[in-house]
Amino acid sequence: MEIKKPAVAGTLESSDCQITIRPNPGKGIDIDLESDVKMMFGETILETVRKTLEEFGVTSAEVEIRDKGALDCVIKSRMQCVICRGAEERYDWSKEDEKEWQKKQSV
Amino acid sequence: MKNAVGREIPEKIGRYVVKPYTGAYTESPSGEPVHTLRTAGKHVSGDCKMLPSIEEAVKAAGLKDGMTISFHHSFREGDEIVGQVLTAIRALGIRHLRFAPSAVVNIKNPSIVDFVKDGTIDRIEASGIRGELGDAVLEGLMEEPVILRTHGSRPRAIEAGELMIDVAFIGAAAADEYGNATGQIGPNACGSLGYSFVDVSNAAKVIVITDYLVDYPCNPASISQQYVDYVVKVDRIGDPDKIGKGAARMTKNPRDLMIAERAADVMAASRLFKDNFSFQTGAGAISIACTNYLAERMEARGVKASFALGGITAAIVDMYKKGLVRVLECSQCFDAVAARAIVEEPGIVEIDNAVYSNPFSKGSMLDKLNFGVLAALEVDTDFNVNILTGSSGEMMGGLGGGPDVAAGSDISIVCLPVVRGRTPSVTKRVFTCCTPGETVAAVVTEAGIALNPAHKYYAELKEDLEKANMKLVTIQYLQELAESLTGVPAPIETTDRVVCVVEYRDGTVIDVIREIKK
Repeated sequence: MEIKKPAVAGTLESSDCQITIRPNPGKGIDIDLESDVKMMFGETILETVRKTLEEFGVTSAEVEIRDKGALDCVIKSRMQCVICRGAEERYDWSKEDEKEWQKKQSV
Repeated sequence: MKNAVGREIPEKIGRYVVKPYTGAYTESPSGEPVHTLRTAGKHVSGDCKMLPSIEEAVKAAGLKDGMTISFHHSFREGDEIVGQVLTAIRALGIRHLRFAPSAVVNIKNPSIVDFVKDGTIDRIEASGIRGELGDAVLEGLMEEPVILRTHGSRPRAIEAGELMIDVAFIGAAAADEYGNATGQIGPNACGSLGYSFVDVSNAAKVIVITDYLVDYPCNPASISQQYVDYVVKVDRIGDPDKIGKGAARMTKNPRDLMIAERAADVMAASRLFKDNFSFQTGAGAISIACTNYLAERMEARGVKASFALGGITAAIVDMYKKGLVRVLECSQCFDAVAARAIVEEPGIVEIDNAVYSNPFSKGSMLDKLNFGVLAALEVDTDFNVNILTGSSGEMMGGLGGGPDVAAGSDISIVCLPVVRGRTPSVTKRVFTCCTPGETVAAVVTEAGIALNPAHKYYAELKEDLEKANMKLVTIQYLQELAESLTGVPAPIETTDRVVCVVEYRDGTVIDVIREIKK
């Protein structure tokens, strides 16, 4: 996907993160991370961000994360959202069809 | 060398000679007479102890470079005594002092950091350091390590001669011209002055500072004139909005309420929950909620307590007024409701911090506790508890009386959520060990209750909780659950330099805090 415009997802509430994405044509991926738990989880957060960008085929973007101690699943969701918003595309829900969580019985 | 909780500790830290922690109940006092710097005094009729300013009193007390000064923390965040005294000392050019308050409250403008930077203070011994001072110390502000002591360890250290106080500055909400003083009356009433008694009776010089001078004799008087050298009246001893802050509000956080209710259920299920039992719950959000749930269970079952101990809150005063507790033994008042109640109610009494918690006296009250409810930042799979340092190694709290209460009470219950944000609170190894696992009976979380198989009451508590159909989990389960939610945290990197010594209540070193690597 190509990031066409700046976009934001998430909040600055505790246990959430706010991610901003901007086009960065021809200059690759730039990530700026600010986190309450940077010492413990800085690397893990960066890995999740990079992996999600890769999944969506984003090759150039400026990503700014203001993390307030969000769990990994939250960071991933915020990333998916901000990429789709920046790329002006809808999320492809069919990607979720084969996933494990779909097979679990609901309680 | 390694101590009995497996912590790697140097044999010497600067001038500090380390006695390694050997076990919660293994050490004994030296057997020597207690140490004191108190001298006999002489006053004759007509003498005046009043001096016009703090500076004059500091001069009269003979404070010199390198001496030790002390304060109490009963005015909490509203304290303006420490700032005024240190400013006066700086103006007199006295330097290199050892600053030994009963706890460092987070004062700003001036901050303690300023007085360390300009050399007025070069050593700190307290219960905890947080905020700006804590950050600065962890970044290597001080040459000498900060010595952190529990509430019980401080009077022990004073009497053992490890902490000899040259000048004690006693902020008082009211005092008379001859030095009788109290925290119970006046516009800045804070209630109990229990933390200052040991300073008053053992310091070489004692200066009472008040903004509310009353006619002689001051009544009630917690501090007796016989120990007081000088009295100073200042315009303000503190910020009444912060000192007299009302009762802490009951938390609405459903997770905290759930943990609090579970902790109350643990107590109510125990065979020790019967008439004349005793408890201490503390002042955290979970603790206050737990107090209320405990009261409900006592009313429902018609059980009355003999006493509640330590820092008293409005929630406990409420129990007293309902006739659920016979005596509140109060070393500190955590809110204005408790501060007022100590004046009005005959069964709410001010006690010396030493009788509350000193492990090396002829008996502290917490040895008579059945239940102690404790807050924590982290607990590990050995049940060791961290109440000092946060997820990035930063200073978050003070030792307070936590390790004392855990060691004294029959059943000590540590309450905490398994994760806070992305920070796991049940871990494989706490960053700083403050309370040894052998003194922790139960860990109560939103994800279950874990009992410590190494605790002396394990078998009977397990039986009682199972009888009450309470679901028990292992501490390993809680740790794995926390990690599955947060992921595996990277370890905090430190240098070899020790910036804080964490003393256990008997004066041995249970852990050290090293400078955080930037």
